[in-house]
Amino acid sequence: MKTGKHAISLIALLIFTMVIIQGCTQQSAQQSQNKDVILATTTSTQDSGLLDILIPEFEKKTGYTVKPIAVGTGAALAMGEKGEADVLLVHAPEDEKKLVDSGVGINYELVMHNDFIIVGPGNDPAGIKGSKTVDAFNKIAENKATFISRGDDSGTHKKEISIWKAAGVKPEGSWYQESGSGMGQTLTIASEKQGYTLTDRATYLAQKKNINLEILLEGDKTLLNIYHVMQVNPDKFSKVNKDGGKAFVEFMTAPETQKIIEDFGKDKYGEPLFFPDAGKSEEELGN
Amino acid sequence: MEILWQGLVKAFNLLVSVDREILNITLLTLKVSGTATLISVLIGVPLGAFLALSVFTGRKIIVSIVNFGMGLPPVVVGLWVSIFLWRYGPLGFLGIIYTPTAIIIAQAIIATPIVTGFSIAAIQQLNPKIRIQIMALGATWWQTVILLMREARMGLLAAVMAGFGGVISEVGASTMVGGNIQGQTRVLTTATVMEVSKGNFDVATAISLILLALAFGITFILTLVQQRRRAS
Repeated sequence: MKTGKHAISLIALLIFTMVIIQGCTQQSAQQSQNKDVILATTTSTQDSGLLDILIPEFEKKTGYTVKPIAVGTGAALAMGEKGEADVLLVHAPEDEKKLVDSGVGINYELVMHNDFIIVGPGNDPAGIKGSKTVDAFNKIAENKATFISRGDDSGTHKKEISIWKAAGVKPEGSWYQESGSGMGQTLTIASEKQGYTLTDRATYLAQKKNINLEILLEGDKTLLNIYHVMQVNPDKFSKVNKDGGKAFVEFMTAPETQKIIEDFGKDKYGEPLFFPDAGKSEEELGN
Repeated sequence: MEILWQGLVKAFNLLVSVDREILNITLLTLKVSGTATLISVLIGVPLGAFLALSVFTGRKIIVSIVNFGMGLPPVVVGLWVSIFLWRYGPLGFLGIIYTPTAIIIAQAIIATPIVTGFSIAAIQQLNPKIRIQIMALGATWWQTVILLMREARMGLLAAVMAGFGGVISEVGASTMVGGNIQGQTRVLTTATVMEVSKGNFDVATAISLILLALAFGITFILTLVQQRRRAS
């Protein structure tokens, strides 16, 4: 009895000691290297799996360690504004321009695009199929059909707001619901409640197998989803990793990376999730 | 129901094939939450013993703060720790935001009041006569405290279990201060949330089962320690 009891205490003690020692060694190893690049980005780049492909490639090529923080475009831009990130990969061009104009965002480059789509229940209760985007939003509002909004200041949410504005509708009432979560979660909620929602194509394709929503509207030029990369200005924030941020921008626009982006998702979904655009201008897209 | 079954199959596959990433995430979870629990025990048990055994003005206020802290919302801790650890925050010079150390700090802050509160309860529950008896036998104050803690070990181990359970299941603070970075700060809870938003419900379920198994395993060891001693 006595030996057993001691053995167990000893094992417990050993586990804890091991845990502490390992925790400490890991910590010092991480502090010694100043090669970290903090990438503030949107949830769509993480949820689609694109980052899992690109980041190891970047790390292998440059020796930097990337810390991708997937928070949504609004929060990513805010991190940039405070100098808490080194480089941003985001998709809300209008808000991005404010950052670039204020001098916080530099080395601003077009990376890729895909498109937003409007998904909803297959029976399309508001009858939006075949409409223009703005008219479709009007129909949803008129019919008080359930619409699930991200409501989280993400790039997708910003896009949605701009469409409501164009439609001249102030979305409110019990039919308009804000999920306050990422795209994946919002799609699940929309599917459960059989409501409409605006989503990026990549996340929809990734979620498709779990949800009961169909693409009802696509292909409109208003629905372009454009991703840019930019460095946070190291002259404004001394703690920003200047070289790392620069390397990441260069990596994202390099021809080899653009090729990876072009091929990404084809094998799994039978169609590309993103279209590489480095070197193009925004106006050329969608024509 | 089907998802649960798929998750079970997936979990089994991941474990049998010794998926490296899952293994690393599990080990990191154990390290981070284990270290956080240990820190909270090193602070919480002595603090709890002190608060249980001493008499001074303001003691009740401190105890009520500890009791309030037992229900500290993890997201609040996450936000506050983030604000302090951000590059341009007061402790930004440490450069530990988005590292396992940041998660350990946040989790230790969550667990310490839990361990302290349980420790106070465990020691105060003892029959006051035991203390008098020990002191009557000529024990010093320190010896008394140690003997009382031995008497209260059941409750103290419950404190450890509660603290560990609180931190290993925590997700909000870990995401905020750790960032859920693959290979660096991704733990079982943050990985589960991410897999759900990726639409990989089978992987998410599998990870959640691994989390449950891990939490149960540790609690089981602690329970063995707790209950064996009782039998002897």
